[in-house]
Amino acid sequence: MSLETMLIVAAILFAIGLYGALARSNVIAVFMSIELMFNAVTLTVVALARYAAPLAIREDIGSVLTGQVFAVFIITVAAAEIALGLGIVFALYRSAESVNLSEANRLRH
Amino acid sequence: MLFQDIIFWVLAVTAIGAALGVVLIRDLFRSALLLAVVFVAVAGFFALLSAEFLAVVQVLIYVGAISILFIFAIMLTRNVREGNLPNRLQLPAVLFPALLLAALVVAVVSSDWRPIPEEELGRAQLTQTQAVNIVAEETLAAEGFSTAAALENAQQAGLADLLIGAFVLPFEAVSLLLLAALIGGLALARSRGG
Repeated sequence: MSLETMLIVAAILFAIGLYGALARSNVIAVFMSIELMFNAVTLTVVALARYAAPLAIREDIGSVLTGQVFAVFIITVAAAEIALGLGIVFALYRSAESVNLSEANRLRH
Repeated sequence: MLFQDIIFWVLAVTAIGAALGVVLIRDLFRSALLLAVVFVAVAGFFALLSAEFLAVVQVLIYVGAISILFIFAIMLTRNVREGNLPNRLQLPAVLFPALLLAALVVAVVSSDWRPIPEEELGRAQLTQTQAVNIVAEETLAAEGFSTAAALENAQQAGLADLLIGAFVLPFEAVSLLLLAALIGGLALARSRGG
């Protein structure tokens, strides 16, 4: 377990999430892939906070917590995004009777 | 260290395997359950990275709320006929993440990371696990909190102190965002006639 292996695991998770977001046609599956990417990024910032030194570590020990603060913000924004996104999914399903992305072209016509 | 390494590799294999399942399995319900497995594995990573608070938050918010919300959404909109179909972009959808992953791995391996200096490691870990206020004073002194000023600095460096101190502006912005998302979600999910 080192910074490099941790970052590579996070990068693999991100790539898998990106593949899912690009390759799926179901809106909910795309949302789940986006959540995977959010988690990968959170993992990255927490791993950096744990292993890599901030410049100010000697004067202000609180700087080692910056990554964790970032992670808190990412988790909050992800929660807000999911609440809104699923609201849109329900609205789409009500009006189009489908959660397939290729049929969600209402704004085009 | 060996014990932590074993846990790390078990978590890594679980997370990556479950993540592959999330994007590859056709049954949406099963991929939502596998997504919860990924979330739990990431919570384990947080605990390994001495971020205990984040591990708990991850379990509460992701495993407890977001996974359930996904399962709820799948049940409400389930389309048995179609399931989790791939779309027509298969080749670019494989190529682009693969290229990105290669670039990220090269960047990670070739970067010159500046690790936390050995003598600061104990202090950093005590601060990150928010343990400064609960462990004995002898332990704190042994880990390098030798002066009263250093100890006070660490006691004022909790996650909560940072959120209402140095990061108060983004904190307030995020609270506004949550409020807006709440109202927006309500407005979107409300039926037309009401």
